[in-house]
Amino acid sequence: MKHDIRLTVNGTAHEAEVESRLLLVHFIRENLRLTGTHIGCDTSHCGVCTVLLDGEPVKSCTVLAVQADGRSVSTVEGLEQAGKLHPVQEGFTEKHALQCGYCTPGMLMTCSALLERNRNPSEQEIREAISGNLCRCTGYLNIVRAVQHAAEKMS
Amino acid sequence: MIPAAFDYHRPGTLDEAIGLLSRYGAEAKVLSGGMSLLPALKLRLGSYGHLVDIGRIPGLEYIREEGGFLRIGAGTRQSALQRSELIKSKYAVLADAVPLIADPLVRNRGTIGGNLANGDPANDEPAIAIALGAALVARGPDGERSIPAGQFYQALYTTALAADEILTEVRIPIPPPRSGGAYFKLKRKTGDFAVVGVAVQLSLDTKGAVGSAALALTNAGPTPVEAAAAAMFLREKPLDGKTIAEAARLTAEAASPSADRRGSVEYKREMARVLAGRALRAALARAERN
Repeated sequence: MKHDIRLTVNGTAHEAEVESRLLLVHFIRENLRLTGTHIGCDTSHCGVCTVLLDGEPVKSCTVLAVQADGRSVSTVEGLEQAGKLHPVQEGFTEKHALQCGYCTPGMLMTCSALLERNRNPSEQEIREAISGNLCRCTGYLNIVRAVQHAAEKMS
Repeated sequence: MIPAAFDYHRPGTLDEAIGLLSRYGAEAKVLSGGMSLLPALKLRLGSYGHLVDIGRIPGLEYIREEGGFLRIGAGTRQSALQRSELIKSKYAVLADAVPLIADPLVRNRGTIGGNLANGDPANDEPAIAIALGAALVARGPDGERSIPAGQFYQALYTTALAADEILTEVRIPIPPPRSGGAYFKLKRKTGDFAVVGVAVQLSLDTKGAVGSAALALTNAGPTPVEAAAAAMFLREKPLDGKTIAEAARLTAEAASPSADRRGSVEYKREMARVLAGRALRAALARAERN
């Protein structure tokens, strides 16, 4: 079964015809060629596919593209605005919050959503927010520091 | 991973959704948050010809006290439950459990109705619903009926819901004064299912003894397990160390876990005993404060 869907991705309106079973992450990567969003475990554990759906972080490997019909999606490509990195991206650079970089797009989306609703998160709140995003390189400490750095920048 | 092909339907009303379920019968499956169903389809653990998405049907997301009950719409997201001040202040057993379900991103999508209707004994909210004496309200072609949570789970992934019924509401009796509850879950890591989980809800009588109590276990058998003998034993007894120890022993006796990578049968049963003791003590402390 095919469905006509309309959604905005990083502020741009898109229309597409999609199959029922098409996953949102595949729509983003393959139809829109926005390959910043990664596929990792593919079973909603690792969080590398995290995007914002109406501002809330979700695992796009476990959402159907057709479920995003009428919604607004934000991916890592949308964080930078007018050539300027998002504070959380700056934080990751400053605090060396990545090594291999595979988890980074998902981490950035989760952390940016956290800072949208909480401009001054405690270390505990940051750790809790990223508990659905796995990083196998940094051990999270620098990620926490990067978010704290971004929080300072944003306040 | 890509699921086997299916047809996706997005009804605008409950009646329309029930109509689709009636039409497609066993070929149809209700899609709520999708946090259990979509991974299962992707892993090809199951396959359905039709998914009926109830996620946009208005009026299924609410948390309110009304007519002596806490009423929670089946489409209410776990993240909304976690933010609810009402649940935090009066329904500690549920408030304990929600932050332990999966992870924050999954909780942004997953719903209480999905968690309950999925029929997976590893889901946490079935034990909570049983401990709280909840009724699960289902709508079908012939109207609405209410099923006690304790009678809802029939076998592994098999519930009392008919193929053309949709779980619409969880109805929890408002606990009397001097009530308390607690949920303790042992898990290896964030996002994992419980090795075992214990839900307790109790109320104290005027003399400080147990007026009523209910205990239920997560992931301790093919269905959520109600520890009825432990609850019976507790009635009218003061909750001292000896009583708690015996109730915890009876709770572990009710468990019938199977051995897997989370542990042996003996280990899981022992953890059920330990967690039951902790949950009873926590519930007692809360009941004394209420």
